[in-house]
Amino acid sequence: MASATLRHAAWILRGNPLTAVAAAGVMILVLIAIFGPSIAPYDPIASNVPEALRPPSAAHLAGTDQLGRDTFSRLVVATRLDLVIAVAAVGISFVLGAVIGAFCGYAGGRLDRSIGRFVDVMMAFPLFVLAMAMVAALGNRVENIVIATAIINLPFYIRFARAEVNVRRNVGWVEAARASGESHTSVVLRFLLPNVLPAMAVQMSLNLGWAILNAAGLSFIGLGVRPPTPEWGIMVAEGARFISTGKWWLVAFPGLALMLAVLCFNLLGDGLRDILDPRMRT
Amino acid sequence: MTEPLLRIEDLHVTFSTRSGLVEAVRGVTLSLQTGEMLGLVGESGSGKSVTGFAATRLLDPAGRVAKGQIRYRGRDITKIPDGDFRALHGAAMSMIFQNPRAALNPIRAIGLQIADAILSHKRISKQAAAEEALKLLRAVQIRDPEKRMSAYPHELSGGMCQRVMIAIAISCNPMLLIADEPTTGLDVTTQKVVMDLLASIAAARGMATILITHDLGLAAQYCRRVVVMERGRLVEEASPETLFLHPQHAYTKRLVAASPTASSRIEDLVTEEERGAYLAVLAACKPPPESPPGTAPLLDVRNLVKRYDQGPPAVSDFSMSMKAGESVGLVGESGSGKTTTSRMICRLIDASEGEILFDGESIGHLPAREFHRSPHRKDIQIVFQDPNESLNPRFTGFDCIAHPLLRLSGMRPGDALRKRVEECAMRVGLPVELLSRFPHQLSGGQKARIGIARAIACRPRLLVLDEPTAALDVSVQAVVLQLLDRLRREDHLALLFVSHDLNVVRMMCDRTIVLRNGSIIEAGESRALFDNPQTEYTRALVEAVPHLGTQRPSARN
Repeated sequence: MASATLRHAAWILRGNPLTAVAAAGVMILVLIAIFGPSIAPYDPIASNVPEALRPPSAAHLAGTDQLGRDTFSRLVVATRLDLVIAVAAVGISFVLGAVIGAFCGYAGGRLDRSIGRFVDVMMAFPLFVLAMAMVAALGNRVENIVIATAIINLPFYIRFARAEVNVRRNVGWVEAARASGESHTSVVLRFLLPNVLPAMAVQMSLNLGWAILNAAGLSFIGLGVRPPTPEWGIMVAEGARFISTGKWWLVAFPGLALMLAVLCFNLLGDGLRDILDPRMRT
Repeated sequence: MTEPLLRIEDLHVTFSTRSGLVEAVRGVTLSLQTGEMLGLVGESGSGKSVTGFAATRLLDPAGRVAKGQIRYRGRDITKIPDGDFRALHGAAMSMIFQNPRAALNPIRAIGLQIADAILSHKRISKQAAAEEALKLLRAVQIRDPEKRMSAYPHELSGGMCQRVMIAIAISCNPMLLIADEPTTGLDVTTQKVVMDLLASIAAARGMATILITHDLGLAAQYCRRVVVMERGRLVEEASPETLFLHPQHAYTKRLVAASPTASSRIEDLVTEEERGAYLAVLAACKPPPESPPGTAPLLDVRNLVKRYDQGPPAVSDFSMSMKAGESVGLVGESGSGKTTTSRMICRLIDASEGEILFDGESIGHLPAREFHRSPHRKDIQIVFQDPNESLNPRFTGFDCIAHPLLRLSGMRPGDALRKRVEECAMRVGLPVELLSRFPHQLSGGQKARIGIARAIACRPRLLVLDEPTAALDVSVQAVVLQLLDRLRREDHLALLFVSHDLNVVRMMCDRTIVLRNGSIIEAGESRALFDNPQTEYTRALVEAVPHLGTQRPSARN
């Protein structure tokens, strides 16, 4: 069983090398997130003013910032925080959204309509502004970035799970599960949800990239993570002040890190759908 | 003899798949004269549709003609460049498909769709094309054609959509029409109307037709010549009479035997050699024990009504009763309420009014939402229509059968469960080694068997069968029907057989109930009811069933 899954994954990856590259990229990101502090050649917070604003060199691969901190070390150490925010936010919105959406899609009727309208109202707000407002109101902390990001993602998961469950609610195997003695609740949780997971995994993977951008965006405008904590969004924000004087590396490298991370998650999403869908196997 | 309109010579079609090249058609030779209607009959995977697609060059990109010729009026169309072939499409040959609704563009009025087809081949004004479209709608006998011109596909019934498809197909006066299962999925009465129309149009226009179908009876009724295909090969070609009375090839014999006719009995569904074995099984079954007089019937349904928010009730005033070991058929066209009724009896949905007594005990009081806790849950089980949709894609065959045992019989995972599941699999004739497979790795017949094994796992006393063989090939259907009949006799299981296939119901059921628009319009002993229907509606249903072999009425053209 497990080896069949691996073989299947290997087959998909062979046919779709881009997915393999993306998966490798995500793996590397995760490794960096775990071992970041021990890989980083310099202390990401200690300032070293004589070395300030040096362009990339052998000693400082990505140059140094206005306080002489090594940009490369800061990038490496920041990975953990950015990934944790994204994963936590996406995880929360996935769990809540999938369950709420699945029940709505299965039950239909009044519950479905009222939650549906609530979701519509939420989506009518500019989501980033909503997140800004929430962080501003709740306080400038990492937990609040996670909560805000989770809440603004929630409508997408609710809608997605609702639609996926709704098309399956009258399928033979759902009725068969009930004839075999399952209650409505366990049909939703144990039968329908596992079947919509592959589709939702794709959504999650795409969403992770977006959540990273969102967290970085909040930090960029000064909400959320505060200096001197290394974080890609703050690094872009701080570096932006020096771009007019030609200190391009301060913005370019964190920007590149963001872009690569988002790209990896998005590419992985498509491949994941094929790997997780049991019907794609022979 | 003149050059035939279409001549296929030694056609080989291969598909490249994940597991290498697959030969779907291996050496088919056939010819078709102008104006002829040829039946191309076979089960799924026989290559009948692929042959049709190859002839119109509509093969899937993965497939290609590996060898052989397809000569249309003497020209080999496998060698014509694509650009030239487009002119042939429509004007020379066209095709109609199984699901008419899916083949029509849902957001374009049907009049415009017909006009589009005309405009793609003729240089005429839009006005003229619209007039032509109107004429075609009249030709396919759509009522109120002026009004229907602006209708959208969803506003029409399945039969109407198929007529529109026929109108599009004949819009450019093709010489050859390939009809791929044109009436599969339509009600029998609609099927008859559509096929009659197709036959009369083909006769009037001198259009040659290839009727691709899995239904031998249908091919027999409308074609003078029938070709039988099996696994990509052509096994027999003959007139329907010869085919049904004296089939030559072993496969044809099996196919003819498996196609139920108005007079077949359940043991007739296999060839003569195999019949003895089945009769021996039946003889070994004990007759059901006589229940003492005064025992309540197993199932007693009184004045069941189901209303939805809007519209007339889906089911009104439905009453019936069943004894243990009895089989009752529930027939009707789509929308007659037979599915709703079966779900109410299974306690999957609630009735709006009425009583359901099981073993003399009212089970209608417990809402369907709570019924999974009822001790009678395991007594009433159901087999679903489409085996492809009735198994959880994430469950193996083993999990599917084990599920009700875990939930309803209080069994725990372990050796006892494994033994029980394997026992169920063996009873339905499913090889035990297939139990570890997922549904998508199994064939339709194997999935159907798992569905039945799951339903009988908890030893129910009433089994509701919702069109259990509608999605299966006739030879698989024959096996499944015999299996169900045997289970009924061995376990004294009561069967409620919901179906639109009258021949199957006549054969399987002691009594039959005919539903129309949610009400019972006729009920009684199956044989008497079908031989001598009392209502106009039942008579129309019975007459619409395609007849086989000796009983052929007027063959057309």
